[in-house]
Amino acid sequence: MSFMPVILWSDALVFLLISAISTGAFYVRKREHLLLPWKRVARSSVALVSMLVLSVFLIVGLLDTLHYRVALPQSSNGEKVYSPEVLSAFDKLVGPLRTHTEKTYSAPFALHLYAKESMTDAQGNVVREYPRLQYGGAHLADESGRDADVLKRALVGMLAGSLVGVMLAWLLRRRYKQPALTVTLVVLAALIGAIINLSAVYHVLGTDKVGQDVLYLSLKSIRTGLIIGTLTTLVTLPLALFLGVAAGYFRGWVDDVIQYIYTVLSSIPSVLLIAAAVLMMQVTIDTHPEWFDTSAARADMRLVALCLILGLTSWTGLCRLLRGETLKLREMEYIQAAQAFGVSSMRILSRHIMPNVMHIILIALVMDFSALVLAEAVLSYVGVGVDPSMISFGTMINGARLEMGREPVVWWSLASAFVFMLVLVLAANLFADAVRDAFDPRLNRTEGSV
Amino acid sequence: MTLLKVDGLVTRLRGGAAIVDDISFQISAGETFALLGESGCGKSMTALSLLRLLPDGVENSSGTMVLGETALHALAEREMQEVRGGRMAMIFQEPGLSLNPVMTVGEQIAEVLSLHKNLKGEAATARSIELLTQVGISDAVRRVNEYPFQLSGGIKQRVMIAMSLAGGPKLLIADEPTTALDVTIQAQVLQLLRETQQQSGMAMLLITHDLGVVAENAHRVGVMYAGQIVEQATREKLFSKPLHPYTQKLFSALPDARRSGHPLAAIPGSVPMLGSISTGCRFAPRCDRAWDMCHEKTPEWHVVEDCGVRCHLYQDAGYQILEADIPYMHSPDKKLNLETRILSPLLQVDDLRVHFPIRKGLLQRVVGQVKAVDGVSLAIAQGRTLALVGESGCGKTTLGKALLRLVQATSGSARFADRELIGASEERASMQMVFQDPFASLNPKMRVAEILEEGMSALKIGSDSAARQALLDELLDKVGLERDSKWRYPHEFSGGQRQRIAIARALAVSPQLLICDEPTSALDVSVQAQILNLLKSLQEELGLSYLFITHNLAVVEYLAHEVCVMYLGRIVERGTTQEVMRSPKHPYTQALLSAVPRIDGAGREYVRLEGELPSPANPPQGCHFAPRCQNVMPVCVKIFPEMNAVETRSHTVCCHLYPTDFIPDLD
Amino acid sequence: MIAYLIRRILYAIPILIGVNLLTFALFFVVNTPDDMARMQLGIKRVTPEAIDKWKQQRGYDKPLFVNSTADGAGTFTDTIFWQKSASMFAFDFGYSDDGRSISREIATRMGPSLAIAIPTFLVGLVVYVSFALMMTLFRATALDMAGVALCVFLMSVSGLFYIIGGQFLVSKLWHLVPISGYAGGADSFKFVVLPIIIGVVGGIGSSSRWYRTIFLDEIGKDYVRTARAKGLSELRVLFTHVLKNAMIPILTGVVVVIPLLFMGSLLTESFFGIPGLGSYTIDAINAQDFSVVRAMVFLGSVLYITGLILTDISYTVVDPRVRLQ
Repeated sequence: MSFMPVILWSDALVFLLISAISTGAFYVRKREHLLLPWKRVARSSVALVSMLVLSVFLIVGLLDTLHYRVALPQSSNGEKVYSPEVLSAFDKLVGPLRTHTEKTYSAPFALHLYAKESMTDAQGNVVREYPRLQYGGAHLADESGRDADVLKRALVGMLAGSLVGVMLAWLLRRRYKQPALTVTLVVLAALIGAIINLSAVYHVLGTDKVGQDVLYLSLKSIRTGLIIGTLTTLVTLPLALFLGVAAGYFRGWVDDVIQYIYTVLSSIPSVLLIAAAVLMMQVTIDTHPEWFDTSAARADMRLVALCLILGLTSWTGLCRLLRGETLKLREMEYIQAAQAFGVSSMRILSRHIMPNVMHIILIALVMDFSALVLAEAVLSYVGVGVDPSMISFGTMINGARLEMGREPVVWWSLASAFVFMLVLVLAANLFADAVRDAFDPRLNRTEGSV
Repeated sequence: MTLLKVDGLVTRLRGGAAIVDDISFQISAGETFALLGESGCGKSMTALSLLRLLPDGVENSSGTMVLGETALHALAEREMQEVRGGRMAMIFQEPGLSLNPVMTVGEQIAEVLSLHKNLKGEAATARSIELLTQVGISDAVRRVNEYPFQLSGGIKQRVMIAMSLAGGPKLLIADEPTTALDVTIQAQVLQLLRETQQQSGMAMLLITHDLGVVAENAHRVGVMYAGQIVEQATREKLFSKPLHPYTQKLFSALPDARRSGHPLAAIPGSVPMLGSISTGCRFAPRCDRAWDMCHEKTPEWHVVEDCGVRCHLYQDAGYQILEADIPYMHSPDKKLNLETRILSPLLQVDDLRVHFPIRKGLLQRVVGQVKAVDGVSLAIAQGRTLALVGESGCGKTTLGKALLRLVQATSGSARFADRELIGASEERASMQMVFQDPFASLNPKMRVAEILEEGMSALKIGSDSAARQALLDELLDKVGLERDSKWRYPHEFSGGQRQRIAIARALAVSPQLLICDEPTSALDVSVQAQILNLLKSLQEELGLSYLFITHNLAVVEYLAHEVCVMYLGRIVERGTTQEVMRSPKHPYTQALLSAVPRIDGAGREYVRLEGELPSPANPPQGCHFAPRCQNVMPVCVKIFPEMNAVETRSHTVCCHLYPTDFIPDLD
Repeated sequence: MIAYLIRRILYAIPILIGVNLLTFALFFVVNTPDDMARMQLGIKRVTPEAIDKWKQQRGYDKPLFVNSTADGAGTFTDTIFWQKSASMFAFDFGYSDDGRSISREIATRMGPSLAIAIPTFLVGLVVYVSFALMMTLFRATALDMAGVALCVFLMSVSGLFYIIGGQFLVSKLWHLVPISGYAGGADSFKFVVLPIIIGVVGGIGSSSRWYRTIFLDEIGKDYVRTARAKGLSELRVLFTHVLKNAMIPILTGVVVVIPLLFMGSLLTESFFGIPGLGSYTIDAINAQDFSVVRAMVFLGSVLYITGLILTDISYTVVDPRVRLQ
């Protein structure tokens, strides 16, 4: 085999999450009453459009989760040696985007570097000049033909993309009839088509300080954001669910202890608690370099640890919510009916209480997602976020903001991080709203009886 | 003189179904017009349409409403604000929710006074106190500075009335003004409304589902069904000769003693869902006299001897059917099988107490006890029904839960078939409960089959799943539900059907005794009759015993063999239904019975009950009832009376008026 | 009511002890002082002597809980726990890595933090509540929909971009105020105005939407219908009835943060170079100055708990049900 699959900790957890979600989806599919709110979600065109956008992000993130290491040509003692660099299916797919690195900054669609360099011209004189980029627009013999070339490539890409989009829409026509969805699908496909076609020969979003393609960085950041937004819930969910429900159902000293724990935790301002925990985690990781065989593994462990810390510090809100709801539920007559049969507490919790708080959990989780994506950027800025070597929105912003003082302004890194984050978080927020509207029993519904 | 004239009023969901569909009526000055109907028939929406206070998403789409000379439907919002609270005022169903919790009573009344009477400051306060006094609040000077949470339900509703009177309205709309109140408080409030009307000469639109309330208060009545008025008549006409089959059915669905040997005439099915209304008469699917025409053609409004009715029976072809018809009411033959045998008890409760500690202060020390159940003794025999009657807060539900060990009894004993229950953890199958709220008593996330099986599996009944499935089918047959319904979820059923499921769940473990906690109080009259019939037939078929907890005395008369009247945690009177209902001895029982409005409109001796139920945390000295009792004697405030038999051995009373056992010696 | 308040205050003590133990565990048990020294001095080539010196300078060369070499009370007091953690109850935070007294540093840096935080808080509250009231008044109309859409959009923008964008536009392009820095006295205005505006704008999305939900919850209640049935105009219903009742849930979220204003804002202060507690904290995190971080954690939770108690007190003002029972 010329490559070795690598499963990082975060990958494993993502797979776990996917299998949990699939199991859940399979379970829900067979139950009409559980499916009902999802059908309400599917009726909202805002939800469908935002889900479509989110799924593009998800696909990028998932491709970026399939990691491997390439075998090196030489071998030692008959054993294959693998490159220390951990790549992903996504890296493979975008190929040149990753490898086409320039020397330093260059603006979007630029043909020249941002900074002047000393070069020898044809006459042998040393001149200060903006050198041509090694890859960006290298195919152009005539520099003045750039705009026409960009336009042509964009149009071709859009055409191809929208064709694919129309085909997809045609395939989905039976399931989803919202025109808004079709329009978004076609527009999105056209946009992606244009970007793909352009990015092969240009740096569509420019390059950063060390010459890396900003589009590549932005796309790689997606996985980091998604991981933070989703894996954290793997920690918060069990903690909040078990402690919240237990506190509400058993009351008495169980309730006192759990309330004490979450009051202590929530009384520390969360940024400070996270900062303190991350600093300590850093010390642990730095003093044990022998735990990790690649730098990717180390950065990944830091990411997982960050999720763990975020989870440990943010379960209290949901826990309090679930405790309150359980307190209400335990007085419901159907629970008393079960108690009158002598049904055990565990069974009451699993059959009566948990299914009836699931909507709260779901709403809380989708609402938290966008907050966590935003938190990543802030924490990375503060210096307690992901590993500096890991590509994320936070590290992108952090690296770029110092260059705002330059003339002319290096705006493209920030602008790309801004746009990508905004689209991701906005889509997540809109989807979360639709989910909340569909699941919250307090909201009025016009369907059925009044 | 016509004060309000409503013509062709239609109120609908924006772009959707009509909730109120072409309603016309008139109210004269000084008159009470009652809108009578079951839940969801559009009565409240009619009232809110008049005030133009419809909730978001609901709108008036056509029709005219004229108050005096003012066309309400054409007024600008600003002018409408002058009408609201001024010439037209409204009181609502839930006094606890209808007052602003963070404003004092005085502030809330003063708001109306400043808007409509231009009274401010001192003058407004003085007038507020005057109004509060007028509605029978004794210490108005203190109450005016209190917040709603400091007042009891009855006082809150009085405050609401005072507030609505503050603007000097010509028309008062009362939307179920007493539904949330206990029967003795209801009597007080209704009387207050009648007196106020007499003094001020205002007109009243009374919205209610209770035939008794209509019988005692209304001059004219409109019966609503599924958004329409199906019959309109004077009270006398309506009660002596109801025309519409729906009205007739409503009367015959009412439980009372005369019918106790017979099944009630329940109306099958339930009120149609909004938007499901198609062509034809809306009542046709539930009407036993409907013929083809009723399903095809919507009936017109017919005027029959100055009453109006919307029914094909009163049209040319219909009269033939009508003439060949049977009378609408059962002949009241007295077939009472409530003999006074004393049987060996199945359940024997002795001196049961349930106390809840009150904690207060810095260290949360126990400073007192809420004596929810305070020394109750009772007995139920096999196949009999014992009704436990009392106002809310008297501890009757707590008693039921203590018997099921859902709350822990403080002391006392409860023996079921000679086995002690208190403190035991086994023996759960023999006694089960049917709860009040059919919507809260079924887990919405479980199928009917899972709900029914839960008890069986917890108590290990039914050897394997095939046996259990067979049992399930049998149960569903028993309670009158389709066998297919076991694969469905609770939200697919109506209130009455849900209550059937709840009964089936309890029966799944073959109990001998069912504790029914107000099982019909959340249901409409027509559906209540179905459930009462079911309970009665199950008793005959299975020999079940019932402990029937209720505040509805009509149901007691219909269903119970024996009655216990509970007041503040203790039983004050006990006897057979006949004894307690026909010749109540305890002043409280007498007051309770006299407070129930009667549909026959027969003049009754009204025992007015002052004040409200005291707190069980701090019960009055001596006889708990003494502070409200009309026959109070010096001894009453000192010593709690003994339980003594009166007239017969089975009829016992806890009152100083009956000091010794009155019974003639039978031995 | 007094008993209620005293109970709330007494309840704060075990919480603070919990916070103290938690931070102690985090800073001294998860990693030993040796680990921290090795980390600070560079992982490779660090001699045991250097580690000991590092520990001694900071007073980390003692046992964690029990000092068996000391006598009497010293058994417990001459330990890391007593000197580093328990002493914080007396607000004795010790010295930072550059040898300055943390307590004094906190005292001098509070001013600039408050100069930004208090105006941001007050202006923000007014803006958010008015915006939410406006949306509520025009509920279910196009105006409301546009307001909510705007809120969702604003919520979806990272706080970093508000600051970077604001600095870029206002300071760099338009040259209206200096990009960063701070001065006392009258000069301070030009330094604080932009951070305040950005702080307010950054919070519009989530806060206004939250208040709108609260107002809508209230407006659906029965007493509002009663108020309308009295003939009150919609505006008066909103301002006298709804606002009064909505104060209760609003206070829950608002009063609790008031004491935390002392801590300043991490991001704003660091971007604008304001010498407040927020930038102090960030600098400490970046310099891995554990003593300062530990002090800020403890101070933060003290302030938060103060906020909880203030919230309880404020309930007694707005809610007669709490006041009179």
